[in-house]
Amino acid sequence: MALSNELIQEQLTNKFGEQLTNWEQQFGLLTFTAPAENNIEIMHYLYDNETLRFRFLTDLTAVHYPEKTGEELCVVYLLHNLIDNIRLRYKVYMPISQPDVQSVTSIFSSANWLEREAYDFFGVNFIGHPNLSRIMNVDDMDYFPMRKEYPMEDPTRRDKDDEMFGRGGSF
Amino acid sequence: MTELQQHKHHIKLSEESLQKQTTTINLGPTHPATHGVFQNIMEIDGERVIETVPTVGFIHRAFEKIAERRPFYQITTLTDRLNYCSSPINNMGWHMTMEKLLKIKVPKRVEYLRVIIMELSRIADHLVCNSVIAVDTGALTPFTYVFQTREHIYEIFEEICGSRLTTNIGRVGGFERNFTEASFTKLNAFIKDFPRVMNEFENLLNRNRIFMDRCIGAGPISAERALNYGFTGPNLRATGVDYDVRIAQPYSSYEDFEFSIPVGTIGDVYDRFMVRNGEMWQSLSIIKQALEKIQAIEKEFPEQKNIFYAQEADHFHLPPKQDVYTKMEALIYHFKIIMGEIDAPVGEVYHSVEGGNGELGYYLISDGGRTPYRLHFRRPCFIYYQAYPEMVRNGLLSDAIITLSSLNVIAGELDA
Repeated sequence: MALSNELIQEQLTNKFGEQLTNWEQQFGLLTFTAPAENNIEIMHYLYDNETLRFRFLTDLTAVHYPEKTGEELCVVYLLHNLIDNIRLRYKVYMPISQPDVQSVTSIFSSANWLEREAYDFFGVNFIGHPNLSRIMNVDDMDYFPMRKEYPMEDPTRRDKDDEMFGRGGSF
Repeated sequence: MTELQQHKHHIKLSEESLQKQTTTINLGPTHPATHGVFQNIMEIDGERVIETVPTVGFIHRAFEKIAERRPFYQITTLTDRLNYCSSPINNMGWHMTMEKLLKIKVPKRVEYLRVIIMELSRIADHLVCNSVIAVDTGALTPFTYVFQTREHIYEIFEEICGSRLTTNIGRVGGFERNFTEASFTKLNAFIKDFPRVMNEFENLLNRNRIFMDRCIGAGPISAERALNYGFTGPNLRATGVDYDVRIAQPYSSYEDFEFSIPVGTIGDVYDRFMVRNGEMWQSLSIIKQALEKIQAIEKEFPEQKNIFYAQEADHFHLPPKQDVYTKMEALIYHFKIIMGEIDAPVGEVYHSVEGGNGELGYYLISDGGRTPYRLHFRRPCFIYYQAYPEMVRNGLLSDAIITLSSLNVIAGELDA
């Protein structure tokens, strides 16, 4: 039987219950949120389970939502079940004061550099990563450039502030 | 001890470095054999590679950050500079991501035209990669020979969009202008000429004893490890896994085409070379099919000849300049688009295309503004280049060089 989004959701809810929240489907892609403490368990379950078989990590990245207090940083995993050809997106939120999340490098070798990139740009602390160092930026950089904390280089430019991009107000 | 030797001793070397029996070499960042800005710090024992540590980020340009401050139509030029050997695929991938977010349905003719462009750039990409493997094994002739064909492909791009390498081809919803007669003439000339060139290229290398001896068994990777490392594209298919985004998640009407996916067995340099060769033949066949389909559409509905973009995309598709001067609506849309006054809907979308070297994905988060809230590029190079140390370990240094070129790591895509 082909795996469907509903089946995945059912299976995961049976296993983890209330821990998984914010189920949604956008453009046919099933998405849910999991707590940061046990993301590695969920990942193991998704990988090992004989029905789910999410054994390909397509993408891993981070997003910064400055106005979501207590869960400013978000790590997004995009998994792919190549046998049933179905994708799954899974998010983990964490506070910016303590951006800790378990590294998934023990399951996916591809997560190594992707996690380093997420650390480099957002400062996400991946616990258990073999070499969590900067990858794109210089080693002695002391800030995380992709966080939404930095105004344009030239603050006098009125044509580039947030108002011009449909958001109102400026940094 | 002579004076000269004594002088040498002023160089302070650590005890560890004096004692060790291996040599540390620096391959790159500007070594001619790396074909791009990569550095590998290698520990070698004679000719054998013991360990290598790749350093990336030399040409990092912060595209993801820049994209957060650009209207959607200006991001296409950023995607050009990812894998610059096949820019049109990147451009189309970005347009399709936007179309997915905006829920725009593109006419069949436009989709087929896109397929032609994407397959042409796939051929151009694979030609560069495969001929460069030959260069690194010591055969310069095939490289210079196929670059003539690559030039023909670039002439077609030039005819369609005005530029060659960083094409910025197409717009959200379709193309910026219709294909000219000359572009179809050039395309037909290419289709006629390419099999001859390709046959000659394959004759030179495929069963060439020296080439085979150099490539077979060099830099292998198993299917399990390749999947674990997130390989996609020809490099994954060389290990025997038939994953292709064009088949798995068809976009731009790829489901209408008949083509096969070449696969390898042990994922060494030779397999990757052969898979790319096979793919070029498949691409040629897809281009031919696309042309036939376009002709069939035009025969049945002659008015379709002038359709080169989706009408419903007019909020994002910059109208042709002559319309801007003569038509009210076109002028309004032109103004609104240029002034960045059009908001995109809220949503999260992931769209991927089969790029020159794997699954090129765009993860776009829109918060309803005029720029992406967050845009992440899933760059296949960046993900599979991690496997490089494992692939070259215990091999020869010269194998490490051809492994690097057969992986087709493009610095622009690696560093974004």
